[in-house]
Amino acid sequence: MSDRQGRRAPTLPKTPAASANGSGPAPALAARPGFRLSRFRDLTLVPVIVVLLIVGSFIDPVFLTPGNLTNVLQQQSALALVVLAEALILIAGKFDLSLESIVGMAPAVAVMLVISTGDGGFGLGLPPAMAVVLCLLIGALIGAFNGFLILRYQLSAFVVTLAMLIVVHGLHLGLTGGKSLFALPESFTYLGSAVWLGLPAAIWITGVLFAVGMAALGYFRSGRSLYAIGGNADAARAAGIRVERVVLAVFVIGGTLAALAGILETGRLGGISANQGVGWIFMVFAAAVIGGVSMDGGKGTILGALTGVLVIGLVENILTLQGVPGEWKQLVYGGIILVALMISRLAGGRAQD
Amino acid sequence: MSTSSNAAAVEARGITKRFGPTVALNDAGLTIKQGETHALIGRNGAGKSTLVSILTGLQRPDAGEVRFAGEPAPPLADRDAWKARVACVYQKSTIIPALTVAENLFINRQTEGRVINWRAMRARATALLDQYHVDVDPSGLAGDLGVEQRQLVEIARALSFGARFIILDEPTAQLDGPAIGRLFDRMRDLREQGVTMMFISHHLEEVYEVCQSVTVFRDARHIVTSTVADLPHDALVAAMTGEHAVTYEAKARTVDEKAGVVIEVRGLNSAGRYHDVDLTVKAGEIVGLAGSGSSGKVGLAESIVGLRRADSGVITINGKRPKPGDVPSALAAGVGFVPQDRHHEGFVPLLSVGENATMPIAGKLGRFGMISPERRRARARTMIQELDIKTEGPDQPVGDLSGGNAQKVVMARALVDDPAALVVINPTAGVDVKAKQSLLGSVEDAAQRGAAAVLVSDELDDLRICDRVLVMFHGRVIKDVPRGWSDNDLVAAMEGVSHE
Repeated sequence: MSDRQGRRAPTLPKTPAASANGSGPAPALAARPGFRLSRFRDLTLVPVIVVLLIVGSFIDPVFLTPGNLTNVLQQQSALALVVLAEALILIAGKFDLSLESIVGMAPAVAVMLVISTGDGGFGLGLPPAMAVVLCLLIGALIGAFNGFLILRYQLSAFVVTLAMLIVVHGLHLGLTGGKSLFALPESFTYLGSAVWLGLPAAIWITGVLFAVGMAALGYFRSGRSLYAIGGNADAARAAGIRVERVVLAVFVIGGTLAALAGILETGRLGGISANQGVGWIFMVFAAAVIGGVSMDGGKGTILGALTGVLVIGLVENILTLQGVPGEWKQLVYGGIILVALMISRLAGGRAQD
Repeated sequence: MSTSSNAAAVEARGITKRFGPTVALNDAGLTIKQGETHALIGRNGAGKSTLVSILTGLQRPDAGEVRFAGEPAPPLADRDAWKARVACVYQKSTIIPALTVAENLFINRQTEGRVINWRAMRARATALLDQYHVDVDPSGLAGDLGVEQRQLVEIARALSFGARFIILDEPTAQLDGPAIGRLFDRMRDLREQGVTMMFISHHLEEVYEVCQSVTVFRDARHIVTSTVADLPHDALVAAMTGEHAVTYEAKARTVDEKAGVVIEVRGLNSAGRYHDVDLTVKAGEIVGLAGSGSSGKVGLAESIVGLRRADSGVITINGKRPKPGDVPSALAAGVGFVPQDRHHEGFVPLLSVGENATMPIAGKLGRFGMISPERRRARARTMIQELDIKTEGPDQPVGDLSGGNAQKVVMARALVDDPAALVVINPTAGVDVKAKQSLLGSVEDAAQRGAAAVLVSDELDDLRICDRVLVMFHGRVIKDVPRGWSDNDLVAAMEGVSHE
């Protein structure tokens, strides 16, 4: 590589310029090792995960058993899907706070559309098997509405989705009267409770979707356009990317993933409480950001976001095994997120943004 | 007339474009011959940017037509067809910093197929960069590139669409002298390869350097098109301003020999920027700092005003020694300054003209930390008048102003406290001829009032107002040139040629 640099310089005409040119390529050269490191920036949490695994195995013999680790993954699979959704939206340079409300509201309303009034539904008599599709559709619609407000009226994504967080959750509370739903169609709880080839279906689904996300953002033009839009929307537009269409699609995908997360969570717990999903968004952002996804858009990877989820999942598991009282968990969470941020900052070598 | 091989590369005729009540272009047009480098000149608001967006197919003219090589322009929706005819390096960078250079080159066309083959894309990027002799690592992050390299990447990308006509919208605005020279070499190189170019710049001498012909727009209209040889400097300025303004005449000033020293710098060092710099500026004197981008002139000026901390050495201002690297303490010592990048350090775009201009004296506009809006507005009004800032009034946000007027607000901020020491860095970057004159005039006025001024500039014309110019080369002051220098002397010294 460097001999190519050297060979090139003489082709530049004019001697005085060439002498000053010595300072020209220098930044690129200096930047090179930094870039090589930054390739692994989405893996900066791997040491943290290793440390957590070691610490966990010392703290509790149960920790490293396959059963416990499977348990961790299953518990985190719903959250992981929301992190995936948020990572896509953040990379495209937007924001969605309302995802956590979709996690509760979309399954609740979908189920109410198919169950009888006696069980707390609307009694419309729709076939129960439709609940899953309805749920995903509701998620997609909310995502589309968010995207529409943000793009059509040029509103701040933060404020729009903050309002929608409240609106969607309010709808959930209002429609269910604040009660939990337990009379769920079997088809609706299947995905969240089934076991495929010895692993919970939820883990398979989440794993596959993350793989799809990684492939799309790594190897497909449409996926790469998220980085372009998040990095510099004007430049993306100038390159012929249909910025509005892509952003709208990302919001729709985000809403759909959050609804799917709601289905998995519902199946795992066997019911939909009035506060399903409430408070998730903090964990979601924490996972995405410690995983290297930038809040300013255009930076981060899906793999990085996944490592973020794993860190949070392992921490939660260790705290539970240790019997840390629920009241103190929040404090420990927050502290660990700060530490993880500092570690990834030191390892990544760049200012967090 | 029609599709002959010697049809003009680009022809825009009778273009009219309105934005609401404003007419951005009024029956204007231009013709650029095949293989020619053509300058488009005009003051801010003359309609240059609108013409660029029409020529690149980003906007549809209300009336008039655009032809490329004799054929009508493609429909607006057919972006690919536009890209094959015209490429543009916009004033605002269209590089995405978080992506690699290779991906920036092939953004949204990373692959012909469905799945991106990163290795193949890097190879294509390497080939493209090689073809245009751009010395940049394709797998490096674009955000790590300097301005010059970023621009070269943008030029290579623009040409990679197959266009033989390229618009360069103020490419020199952010480059220093040697970098501009290298850009011009490249432009000549491209011209030899038959590329047609439209070049936009505020610096008229650049037009004479690289262009064969020039078109002047004024107030949304086409004023004149001519070969550069037939349109001397003064006539060009007259066409731009509509009046027979001559190049800025420095005011006749003499520095009082007995005047006290206001700015005194002794043995100042900053690793990698400048070494052992001594500098004294008397009251009423303007001292210029010239040199290439790597000469350290900006770093030195920034150290004087406290934006940067020197490693060693002493800075005395008005008998006081401000804390190194501390702007408030430099301001307290009586410094006023115009920073290098007005967008970055010069003003807060959302705040009003008044608030921006009076920022350093906020403490003097009221008691106990309160700011009296009335007093601020009054003070701002005087500044607006003194500097001739074109604004609706003190309450208009600075972000709405044109470049030249925004720069005047920055100058107002520097002058608002009647500084004893004025440090001005590239005050005329990206501003039009008239604004340039009034900005330089206000530096001279400040000196007249007894301020000691340091003027850092890449523009030889700016430096003419200086009583003496210090030439810096690789971090050292190598020459002290009194008034009356010739361009050649100074350029030779800046390039280090005459340095025995």
